[in-house]
Amino acid sequence: VFHVSTSAHLTYISTFDKILIANRGEIACRVIKTCKKMGIQTVAVHSDVDSNAVHVKMADEAVCVGPAPTSKSYLNMDAIMDAIRLTGAQAVHPGYGFLSENKDFAKRLAAVGVTFIGPDTHAIQAMGDKIESKLIAKAAKVNTIPGFDGVVKTAEDAVKIAQQIGYPVMIKASAGGGGKGMRIAWNDEETREGFRFSSQEAASSFGDDRLLIEKYIDNPRHIEIQVLADKHGNVLWLNERECSIQRRNQKVVEEAPSMFLDADTRRVMGEQAVQLAKAVKYSSAGTVEFLVDSKKNFYFLEMNTRLQVEHPVTECITGLDLVEQMIRIAKGYQLQQKQEDIPINGWAIESRVYAEDPFKSFGLPSIGRLSQYQEPLKLSHVRVDSGIEEGSDINIYYDPMISKLVTYGATRAEALARMEDALDNYVIRGVTHNIPLLREIITHPRFVSGDISTNFLPEVYPEGFKGHHLDEDRCRELLASAAALHVTSQLYSHKILGTQRVSSAPMDQNNWELCVELGQELHDIEISKSGNSYIVKVDGGQVEVCGDWNLASPLLPLTINGTCRMLQCLSKESSGNIVLQYMGTLFKVRVLSKLTAKLNSYMPEKVSEDTSSILRSPMPGTVVAMSVKPGDTVADGQEICVIEAMKMQNSLTAVKQAKVKSVHCQPGETVGEGDLLVELE
Amino acid sequence: MAAFGLARNSCGLINGLRVSYRSLVQVKYGAKSACLLQTNIQSDCRWYSVSHLSVKERIEKKRKAAQMGGGQKRIDAQHQRGKLTARERVELLLDPESFVETDMFVEHRCSDFGMEQDANKFPGDSVVTGRGRINGRLVYVFSQDFTVFGGSLSGAHAQKICKIMDQALTVGAPVIGLNDSGGARIQEGVESLAGYADIFLVHPSDLPHHGSLCILTHLMLCLQDTSYLFITGPDVVKSVTNEDVTQEELGGAKTHTAVSGVAHRAFENDVEALLYLRDFFNFLPLSNQDPAPIRECQDPSDRLVKSLDTVVPFESTKAYDMLDIIHAVLDEGDFFEIMPTYAKNIVVGFARMNGRTVGIVGNQPKVASGCLDINSSVKGARFVRFCDAFNIPIITFVDVPGFLPGTAQEYGGIIRHGAKLLFAFAEATVPKITIITRKAYGGAYDVMSSKHLRGDMNYAWPTAEVAVMGAKGAVQIIFRGKENQAEAEAEYVEKFANPFPAAVRGFVDDIIEPATTRKRICRDLEVLASKKQVNPWKKHANIPL
Repeated sequence: VFHVSTSAHLTYISTFDKILIANRGEIACRVIKTCKKMGIQTVAVHSDVDSNAVHVKMADEAVCVGPAPTSKSYLNMDAIMDAIRLTGAQAVHPGYGFLSENKDFAKRLAAVGVTFIGPDTHAIQAMGDKIESKLIAKAAKVNTIPGFDGVVKTAEDAVKIAQQIGYPVMIKASAGGGGKGMRIAWNDEETREGFRFSSQEAASSFGDDRLLIEKYIDNPRHIEIQVLADKHGNVLWLNERECSIQRRNQKVVEEAPSMFLDADTRRVMGEQAVQLAKAVKYSSAGTVEFLVDSKKNFYFLEMNTRLQVEHPVTECITGLDLVEQMIRIAKGYQLQQKQEDIPINGWAIESRVYAEDPFKSFGLPSIGRLSQYQEPLKLSHVRVDSGIEEGSDINIYYDPMISKLVTYGATRAEALARMEDALDNYVIRGVTHNIPLLREIITHPRFVSGDISTNFLPEVYPEGFKGHHLDEDRCRELLASAAALHVTSQLYSHKILGTQRVSSAPMDQNNWELCVELGQELHDIEISKSGNSYIVKVDGGQVEVCGDWNLASPLLPLTINGTCRMLQCLSKESSGNIVLQYMGTLFKVRVLSKLTAKLNSYMPEKVSEDTSSILRSPMPGTVVAMSVKPGDTVADGQEICVIEAMKMQNSLTAVKQAKVKSVHCQPGETVGEGDLLVELE
Repeated sequence: MAAFGLARNSCGLINGLRVSYRSLVQVKYGAKSACLLQTNIQSDCRWYSVSHLSVKERIEKKRKAAQMGGGQKRIDAQHQRGKLTARERVELLLDPESFVETDMFVEHRCSDFGMEQDANKFPGDSVVTGRGRINGRLVYVFSQDFTVFGGSLSGAHAQKICKIMDQALTVGAPVIGLNDSGGARIQEGVESLAGYADIFLVHPSDLPHHGSLCILTHLMLCLQDTSYLFITGPDVVKSVTNEDVTQEELGGAKTHTAVSGVAHRAFENDVEALLYLRDFFNFLPLSNQDPAPIRECQDPSDRLVKSLDTVVPFESTKAYDMLDIIHAVLDEGDFFEIMPTYAKNIVVGFARMNGRTVGIVGNQPKVASGCLDINSSVKGARFVRFCDAFNIPIITFVDVPGFLPGTAQEYGGIIRHGAKLLFAFAEATVPKITIITRKAYGGAYDVMSSKHLRGDMNYAWPTAEVAVMGAKGAVQIIFRGKENQAEAEAEYVEKFANPFPAAVRGFVDDIIEPATTRKRICRDLEVLASKKQVNPWKKHANIPL
C-alpha cells in the first residue's frame, strides 16, 4: 500500500480525502494517478478475478464487489454502495462505461451524501435519451441533422422536402429501425423513387405511413468537442478530437486537433457545444460529438456525459488534467481558466492497443496471458495509459483493451513519427494484438494526408486487413535481417565455455549460403560477416545489417543500410522457422542452409486439414447457442452455433451443405480460439 | 568387451530412430532374384580381377559406388517416400565438411541366395559410419542406408557400428544412430543375428528384436507418419491374438510418443528432426565424465521475472500452465521438452540457466491437476536419472496435489512406480534445486525432490501450501463428526495452507518472491557447480523396477 504524504501536495487545494473509483483497467489507474498527485486516498473496487489487477495494487484500499461477470461486480450498485460505506469514501469517480452514465447510480450516491464526480442527474438523463437530446440541441441552436419526420403525401412533396434539406438525403420508413430499408437520394428523380419504395414499405411492413427524410451525410468524419463546465455556469470548450478511424463504430485511432477544422469552424463548433452544455446546466467534463461532412458542415450526434476514453489527446494539447478538473468541479470549485487560456499546443495521437486479431474483421477479441509486456516508455513524448502489466490475464469478461498509446509533438508529423517508433518498440507477447493494423493506419498515405472518414477502414481495406505489404526493398531488408539473425544464432551455438575432455572445433566460417523461405517463395542468399555487421546479397541487391544481436531481448534494433529499424523476434526454432515483427506486421520466415533447403524439398508437404468440414472457434468465448445436433443436415450458410465474446455475439455458419458428424461443445461452455466445435461429414 | 564397457560407462548415446520397413519390404529391396543369378553365376567372375583398372582407379570407383549406396533408383525412391538417404542425413546432422567416414570399403560376407554377386555387393554395406562435429563438438555417428537391402542388419553392418562405438568410448564422445532398417538380413541367417548379439552387447538385453535395441538408448526421437517400431508387426499380432491393428496404431510415432512412452519426441520429417537434434545435442555433455556444458549467455542471470508474481491463480483449485513458469525463468525461454505428449501431468526437458544446461521437472496443474500417476512417475524418474547420469543439475517446480487414487493405479502398481521417482531423486547427486509454487501435499511432496531427498536448495513461493493433504480432506479426518466443519477448515487453511509449517522446520530454505526465482536459481547453480556427493558403495543400486 502506497501512502502519499500530504505535505508534498500543498499546491493542490483540498477537495476530498478519499475517492472510490467504480471502474477497472486503465481508466481506474488513470484516475488513481491523479488522485495520488492531489493527495487523495483511493479505493478500488474489483471483481474476484481482478483481485491481482494493477488498479487494485495501485489503490490505497480495495474492495471485492462480486464475481467476474460485470453485472455482478462492476455494475453491482448494491455492492459498490456497500464498499463506499465500508471505506468512507466521500466521492466516486465512475470512469467511462459501467455506471458512468447511470442516473440511478448518481441518485443513490446523492441520497447518501456522496459526491458523484460527473454531471448532475438531470444532465445525464437529458443527454442519455437520443431523441430528447436532439430536441434540446435544436432548441440550443446547435446544428442538428436537418430532416422531416411525418406523413408525406406525394412524391412531389417528398422532392420539395428533399430540396429544402439539400441533397443528398436519406429516405426511410420512420418505423423501420436503424438503417433498415434506408435509401439514399442524390437528386429529385432518386427522391421520387425512394419515396415510392419507402412509402410502400412503410405501409406494408409497418402499417405506419410516416416517412423519415433526413440529410444524408456522405463520408462523414466523427469530430467531437471536449467541454468542461463548473457548477457556477462557466463552460469552456477544450478543442476537438478527430475520431474518424473506427471499426464497427468503435474508435481505433484518435487525434487532437483535427487536420480538417479551420479556426472558425472549430470556434463555431466549440461555441455550440458550450451552448448545449449550458442548456442542460452541465457540470464536469463532457463531450459533444458531431458528424462533419466533406464541406465542413457539422451536425450534432450526441453528448457523452462522462470522461471519454480518448481524453488524453486533449490533455496533451491543452496541458490540463481532466480528472483533476473533474474532481475540483465536483467539489464545487470554479474553473480557473478562461476560454482564451485554452491553447492548442502541438499535436497528439492516440492508438488504442487491443488484444484482438486485426486480420479478422479489423479485430476480433483475443484472450491470453501477457507472458511478456514492455511499454515503449523509454521513448520521449510517449504516454501509455494501461491497466495491465506483464503476467496479467486478458479474459473474456471485460473490454480487451491493452492500453492507450499516446504520442505528441510540435507537429502532426512529429507525433506520427513518434507513434511509429512507439508501436515498433511495444512488446506484447501472449495475446494477439492490433499493432499491425495501428501501424498500417498511421503510416497510410491517406491518413498521413488527413484524408479520412468513418469509412476509412472498409475503403482502404475492402478485402479486409491483410498486414503490411512489403515492397521490394523492405522485403530484401526482412530477408537479410532474418538471415543475419540465423547466422548469429548459429555462431552463438558454438560458444560453449570452459574446457571439456574433447576440445571443440572453432567456427572459422565467414561466408554462408542460405535459402530463406517467405510465403511461398524461396530466396537464395549469400551472407558474409565482419564484426557486428553482415553484408547480405539477396534478390540481386545488397543489404548491410548491423546490430548488437542480443538474442535474449525481445527487441532487435538493427541498422539496415544506414537506417535504424526496430524489429522484434517472436520466436526462433531449431527448424529454422523465425517469426519477426517488421513494419508492425508478423512475418514467418524459414532460414535454411542451401544444402538443407535442397534436402527439404524432398520432404512431403504437410496435409492441411479440410477446413470446410470442420468448424473451429474463431475466438475465445462462451457458446451461447448450438443449433445443430449430430445427424442433422445443414445447408450452406446455415447457422451452426453462436459464440459470445466480450459482449459480442458471433454467429458461425456452415460453408457447405453437409451432415453433422459430431458436436464438441455445449451451450454455456467456454471455448478457446481454434477449439473444435462441430465436425461435418 | 569394449563395447560392453561403453554401456557401463554410459557415454552419450542418442538414437535418432527411423524404423519404417520390416522384413516384407526387405525382400522387395533384397538380393536380386535367385533364378537370375543361376545363369549369371558361371560367367560372372569378379570383374575387377580381370580388369585393367589400376588400384587407384579402383579405389576411386569404389568410393563413388559407396557414395551412391543402393543406386540412383533407390535414392529416388527414398526421396519419393519423403525420406533422405543415409548420407544426406549425416550431412545435415553434422557441421559442413566435418564428416570423416570409416569403413567405406566394408562389404557383407554372405554368399547364399546369390548375395555374393557383385551386383549385390555395396561398398560400405547398409550403414554409413564415421565421426564429425555438431556445432564444433565431436560426435560419432552411424546412419543406416535403406537403399542397400532396406538398411538391414548384416554381420558387417553390425561390425561397423561396433567399431565406431569402441572409438567413441576411448575418446569420450557420444554416438548418434540414425536408424532406418527393416531388421536382420534374412539372407545372412545366423550371422546377422550374431550382429544383433554384437550390438546387444552394447545394450544387454534378451529380446532378439530391433525394437529393444532402440529402447535401451538414452533418448529416442522419431518421425510422424514414417516411423514404426514394434516387437512384432500387425501380421503376427493378427495371427497370434486375432487383433486387427494397423502399423501406425501398433507402433507409429503417435503411439510411442503419446501412449507407450517408448519414444521421447516425434518430428514432422527428417529435416526437422535432424535440425532439432543439432540444437538438442548442445544441451548435453559429450560424456558422463564431463560437467554439464555452459554456453555463453546473453540473458541476464539476475533478470526479474515480473510475470511470475501473478502466475499462480487466486483460487487454489484453478489450473495454470507450468510451462508459463518454466519458459519465463529459462535463458531465452529456450526449452527442449522431452516426451511432451506422454503423461502430460509432468513436464520434463532440458534448458539453460545462465548458460548452464539444466534438467527441468515440473508438475503440470493444467493436466489432471498435476497429480502423480504411474506414467508420470516413470517419465519423471527416467528423466531424473538421465540428468544424474550426465551431471546435469535438476530444477524441480512443484505443484502436486498427491498421487492419483483408484484401483487402476493401485493394481497397476503405483507404489512401486512412484518409488522409482522417489528413488531417482534420492539417488541423484547432481545439484538439486526445488521450487514449490503451490501445492505440495503428502507423499507426492516428498517425492518431488524435497529436502528429505537431499534437495540442495528448496524454495517456496508465498502461494505454497506444504501439507499432508488439502484442507477439506484433512478436516474430515481430524474433526470427524464435529459440527462446524467450515470453521475447522478455515483453521486448517490458516495453519497449513501456507509455506510457514515447512519453513519453520527448515524443510524449505527460504520463502522467495516469485519474480526473483531466476536470479536465485542462477546464483545457487553457480555455488553448487562444485558440489561433490558420493553415494555409499554398491555394485549397483536396486531401483524398484
